[in-house]
Amino acid sequence: MYPKWLWPVFAVPGVLWLILLFLVPFYAVIGVAFGGVDPIFMNAVPNWNPADWQFDSMLTTLGGFLPGNQYWAVLLRTTVYVALALAGSLLLGYPVAYYISRHAKRTKGILLALVVLPFWVSYMMRMLAWVNLFSPNGFVNKFLLWTHIVNTPPDWLNGNPASVVLGLIYGYIPYLILPLLAALDRIDRSILEAARDLGANPAEAFYHVTLPLSKPGILGASVIIALPMFGDYYTPNIVSGSPRTSMLGNQIDIFFHGGPQPSVGAALTLILSAFLAVLMAYYMVTIAKAQKELQA
Amino acid sequence: MSAVTEHGAPPRGLVEPTLGKKIRSWVANPWGHPRFLVVITWLYVVISIVPAVVAIQFSFNAGRSVTAWQGFDLTRWYFGDPAYSVWHDPRLQHAFWQSLKLAGLDMAIATPLGVLLALGLARWRGPLASASNFIMLFPLVTPELMMGVSLFLVFLHIFKFIQPGTTAQVLGHVTFSLSYVVVIVRGRLFSIGKQYEEAAADLGATPAESLRLVLLPLLLPAVFSSLMMVFAISIDDFVISQWLSCGSECDTVPIRVYSSTRGAPLPSVNALAAIMVYMTLSAIGIAYLVYRFMTRGERRSGEHQRGGMVQTMGGFDM
Repeated sequence: MYPKWLWPVFAVPGVLWLILLFLVPFYAVIGVAFGGVDPIFMNAVPNWNPADWQFDSMLTTLGGFLPGNQYWAVLLRTTVYVALALAGSLLLGYPVAYYISRHAKRTKGILLALVVLPFWVSYMMRMLAWVNLFSPNGFVNKFLLWTHIVNTPPDWLNGNPASVVLGLIYGYIPYLILPLLAALDRIDRSILEAARDLGANPAEAFYHVTLPLSKPGILGASVIIALPMFGDYYTPNIVSGSPRTSMLGNQIDIFFHGGPQPSVGAALTLILSAFLAVLMAYYMVTIAKAQKELQA
Repeated sequence: MSAVTEHGAPPRGLVEPTLGKKIRSWVANPWGHPRFLVVITWLYVVISIVPAVVAIQFSFNAGRSVTAWQGFDLTRWYFGDPAYSVWHDPRLQHAFWQSLKLAGLDMAIATPLGVLLALGLARWRGPLASASNFIMLFPLVTPELMMGVSLFLVFLHIFKFIQPGTTAQVLGHVTFSLSYVVVIVRGRLFSIGKQYEEAAADLGATPAESLRLVLLPLLLPAVFSSLMMVFAISIDDFVISQWLSCGSECDTVPIRVYSSTRGAPLPSVNALAAIMVYMTLSAIGIAYLVYRFMTRGERRSGEHQRGGMVQTMGGFDM
């Protein structure tokens, strides 16, 4: 019905855009990471030809990740923060998604709206709100003093790891709940009824039916929030701003915006991409699969 | 026996349950919905929304503090204060316009580009098509920091004719929003199917007519969702805008809010952020009505449509 050339022609502008502004820029990172540094001006001299690549700065940077070296602690800290934030988000987010999907009847519409609401309040606005609450004379400290849980107000906003983890949870949990909710909604209820008919009590039915069936949803939702958390540098900056809580993203940010070593920053970016490649691949496969299912 | 317990009076001889036991059994609620889920859910909703509400409240503070309430003043930090209000502080006002400018240009470029790409990728077959589809998925899964670094370096070393600034920011915003448009529009394309176009062809429509008179109107709800989505992610973006910024001239609202949190913020920053919230929320209200109007003939299974709307507007279905 349509001429054969029509669809490729439609796709060309978008594909070209992505090649020029996604793939080529990624190559720029590679070129800078394997390039040299101008000895006088200290700025990066990228190498575009793989034959000329210099591996010095990449090797030194990689060496920094060995146990005990400078980036080792940062990598460890980043992983621990992300793992804790992920666990916290799941512990809080899964029951919420489960309740909305299974039990909320009359309140389902309003709860859905309330859960989606944070998407429409910008991330920075929510962080501003969070920081205001935790500031030295903010509501959290006032509450803690009023209830006599503490007698000296804790300092939340200067290098407190707990604040960073809480900030990450607060910032990213909405992005976890929505895909979880979608996954839980898709579970066929007749399977649960069958489990109940066969004598499982609610807890057993949950453990043997709902939980295994929602595993892809849990994994997918975790990857969705783990990826941006690994690349986050603004949340630790806002709620802590101290090198004691700096994450990998902060290191990259510092090498480009503070220090004169863009080639180290580029090498760190590449190492981070390699580190996250598995997560990214998993996420891509999930999206591709979901699109295939739609097509079928 | 049952009548007695239903009225709550314990039969004589039984020990009155302690308060702790009562609370525990109320929360566990063995015969109905587990109430602890109700408690957690509403607790989460409250925690997720209250800080933002408090922040908006402080944009109406009469004094200069963002933590101590000093009385209500509707206008001071919006346009009343001659030096520091959003309207009179050039940095705040500029950030507002810069955010709107980026979002508007992003919507104007990414939406048509993404609709075409979605059509092309959905119907073009072959190895090149698969490769293109693969590239399209990348921006969805790449952490923004990596995109920020790579775009920063490409404008520094390869596309040197583009300096960091508004143009670079727009190019960056389009790059990360494009794939969202593709996902939304392609989902819609699949749910429409091909039968309407085939019917149009049988009735003698030329390809151009069937595109313009059949496919385009059917795609309009998705185009509309895409516009909303692009607006939302562009307004929300911090990383790309910051990495491609030319300095304070290119500050967007998130950048301004970010830099103010480390200093001594005035309620005017809350007011600026609050203005964005009012804008997005009213845009959604309008969008919801328009979306319902556009898909009014399709609501046989109402439940499904509502879920579809929520998912298209707030991310996408995994």
